[in-house]
Amino acid sequence: MFEYATAAVESALAAGATYADARVVVSKQESIDVQNQAVQSLERTEQAGVGVRALIGSSWGFFATADLSLRAAVVAGERAAEIARASAAVPGDPMQFADVDVVQDTYQTPYVEDPFTVPLSEKVDLLISATKTMQEVEGIAIATGNLTFYDTDKWFVSSQGHRIHQHLVESGGGIDATALGESESQRRSYPQSYGQYETGGYEVIRKWDFAGNAGRIGEEAAALLAAGEMEEQETDLILEGSQLALQIHESVGHAIELDRILGWEAAFAGTSHLQLPKLGTFKFGSELMNITADATIPGALGTFGYDDEGTRAQPVDIVKDGTWVGVLSGRDSAAMAGLPPGGMVRADGYNRLPMVRMTNVGILPGDSSLEEIIADTKNGVYMSTNRSWSIDDKRLNFQFGTEIAWEVKDGKLGRMLKNPTYTGIGPVFWASLDRLAGGDEWIHWGTPNCGKGQPMQVAHTGHSAAPARFKNVRVGVRG
Amino acid sequence: MSRETQLTEQILDLVGDRAEAEVLASTGNLALTRFANSFIHQNVAEEGEAVSLRVAIDGRVASSKTTATGDDALAAFVGAALETATMQPVDDDWAGVAAPVSLPAIEHADDATYDASPDARAELVKAFIDAGNGLLAAGYCQTEGQSVAFANSAGHVVSGRSTSAIIDGIHQTGTSAGSGHAASVAIGDLDGAAVGAVAAQRAIDSATPFDAKPGEYEVILAPDAVGTLAVFLGFYGFNGKMLSEGQSFVELGSRQFDEQFQMWDDVTDPRAMGVPFDTEGTPKGRLELVTDGVTRAVAHSRKTAKKLGVASTGNSIPGSEGWGPVPTNVFVGGGDRSVDELISGVERGIYVSTFNYCRILDPKTMVVTGLTRNGTFMIENGRITGAVTNMRFTQSFVDALGEDTILGLGNDARFADSEFAPGLMYVPTMHLASWNFTGGAEG
Repeated sequence: MFEYATAAVESALAAGATYADARVVVSKQESIDVQNQAVQSLERTEQAGVGVRALIGSSWGFFATADLSLRAAVVAGERAAEIARASAAVPGDPMQFADVDVVQDTYQTPYVEDPFTVPLSEKVDLLISATKTMQEVEGIAIATGNLTFYDTDKWFVSSQGHRIHQHLVESGGGIDATALGESESQRRSYPQSYGQYETGGYEVIRKWDFAGNAGRIGEEAAALLAAGEMEEQETDLILEGSQLALQIHESVGHAIELDRILGWEAAFAGTSHLQLPKLGTFKFGSELMNITADATIPGALGTFGYDDEGTRAQPVDIVKDGTWVGVLSGRDSAAMAGLPPGGMVRADGYNRLPMVRMTNVGILPGDSSLEEIIADTKNGVYMSTNRSWSIDDKRLNFQFGTEIAWEVKDGKLGRMLKNPTYTGIGPVFWASLDRLAGGDEWIHWGTPNCGKGQPMQVAHTGHSAAPARFKNVRVGVRG
Repeated sequence: MSRETQLTEQILDLVGDRAEAEVLASTGNLALTRFANSFIHQNVAEEGEAVSLRVAIDGRVASSKTTATGDDALAAFVGAALETATMQPVDDDWAGVAAPVSLPAIEHADDATYDASPDARAELVKAFIDAGNGLLAAGYCQTEGQSVAFANSAGHVVSGRSTSAIIDGIHQTGTSAGSGHAASVAIGDLDGAAVGAVAAQRAIDSATPFDAKPGEYEVILAPDAVGTLAVFLGFYGFNGKMLSEGQSFVELGSRQFDEQFQMWDDVTDPRAMGVPFDTEGTPKGRLELVTDGVTRAVAHSRKTAKKLGVASTGNSIPGSEGWGPVPTNVFVGGGDRSVDELISGVERGIYVSTFNYCRILDPKTMVVTGLTRNGTFMIENGRITGAVTNMRFTQSFVDALGEDTILGLGNDARFADSEFAPGLMYVPTMHLASWNFTGGAEG
């Protein structure tokens, strides 16, 4: 496959590009959806093609084709150069491109059990069994389960001499139960909303034991119909790990994207409240807040060998002892900001332009535990599992809903609460972080549905997190 | 014979009589020129062909998609789909493939848009940027052309072409941003300078915003804000799967909205986009969703229609099995008032240019939270008196359009941007009696 990428790069150079790179991507995906013990969809998707990026002057052009032939690769290179020349009709400042090691290498995400060779019947039976268990709970109207597997090969070539082959295997899924009331629906899911995804094989699915948790979440969903509403108040908020993972994703991960900070996403995804002159001094949160972006964590969803510009995966400090110290960057954005490139540029398939994406943006573990945190809380609420998320275009004002909550009184969990929500302003919220769990409760949560860019791209990102407590948070906001 | 039709025939030949089958093949291109900080920073295009195949063997159903369309690849693709189906349990809800039926005679395609050059997109972008007279601009211009062919094992064969062109962006002053948006089947209909001028004016007018007190306000919602209302109603409410599962707010035949509220789905309208059939080959027509405030129908695929004992409305989309069928050519009825006339009817309220990052809290009640963006203004005594900072809301979209809530409808209906995608909603400015703002975006 390297020959197609090489042909595209050489064609772009011949057409006037001063730099070019190309990726051949061949990927397959298998997705199984079961609802109420019936297979709702079983879909297999294959995608193959080459995408080439050309730089002429200060302007980029990108062209992709699903035709994997040398002739088509050559045309793709020419078209990328043609588009770059059109970009020059509205040019920007001279383009800088940070230096990185020129690498020729291969990389493979570790996995034990190839998910595509596990019998289909075994996968379907797992979901049918789990949905049956959930349906056996009185009040559960809809029980669903999903498994999705990805197998991606990428061959990257640049005009600077990069030549990298990567093979990524990702697996994940989840189950959920929905109870329907007269004028409401209540949902519980496991391991988290929209499932848990990791790099790895079918062992990921076995590890999470869907069958063993199906009954519990069914019972919780049914019980939510009779639960009380959360009172609007300011109180101590304890977040379960997967909800903290999404909190990190939305209020930290997107805010530290250098393309947003530089204004490149202003019209769509938005900008950031973070400003580069404050890098190294801005107080993002409490001393317990230590965030890294680390694409090398084994098994995490945002793990890879090299990004889609050929930069090696690496750990980068983002927030240290509460102070903002790092960003997510690529070669062009890093050069413009005068920072080292972080190797965080990825594309959603051969036909999308690589752009700054989260890798594994997570919080380092604390020394407490959920049990200790609850025992240490006199008045508060414990919220678990995301139900809704919304945040403004500067990544400041957020409002999250979770599937379930419990009162916390005098160090113990109390009554169940439905429709829980909490809202806040990012740095104010993070400054109120005062307890953080670790140990076995520190989990590499995976988010398989991070949308960004135009045309839309979906990235797979990881977020290590553990239960944590935040002081004096506004909860129970309703319409 | 077109390439996409050739692909459908080739695949049906490969399937033979081994299964019921339906094939959707597309060829075409998508190009998008993106600008930020007043220059083109991303400029992309792709060409390709893609095939979707669904097979059913005695009710055992499997779906596959591929972009690899060489002869060997297609043979392997079909073989894998058939093998997968044999391993499936029987789907009791499988409704079979569609019988042959004719399509509405309409095509929403424009040759100049189908083959639009990067230079043509750059020209529109430049006009948008120049209209800001030095303001910082960001946005995109997109053109798309698709040729689609459908064929199934019952002998139903349909095909069509569609195009779309969009210019969308903001101008920024340093303290504010304003947006503009236009979409059409034809790139020649787009006026980058006019759209840029709207964005620039909104940005200038909102350069010195103040924090409005949270609470209930009358609102004037510009088309891009109404587009978000409509798309949430359509995707979560007028969705046959959500209705069959009891998750939709919809009560067919009930007066659920203000009597001035009219909403329908109609690919046959000359202003619409897309091809006049869905992913199952079912023809699309005009579907009355809400008439005089009364909920009339929801969108159906063959599967959801079978479940509820009705006919498919031709609203199956890619991913319908999971998400459900939804209306994608939605129109909301307008009125006869200009935007200025609508504003003049507001004693104290908020003008919203667009909403941002809206998420549903419960589909049954249609409570949604989100924020305002790109131009939010205070209205007092019938005129705009100042800009306000972006605000968060938590509001039931059904309640917002309930009885006696619509105080005015604009005569400015157009394609609106929406939370999910542009080109789906053709809607006017609306004056609503109440909207629940729960706080400012920055604290």
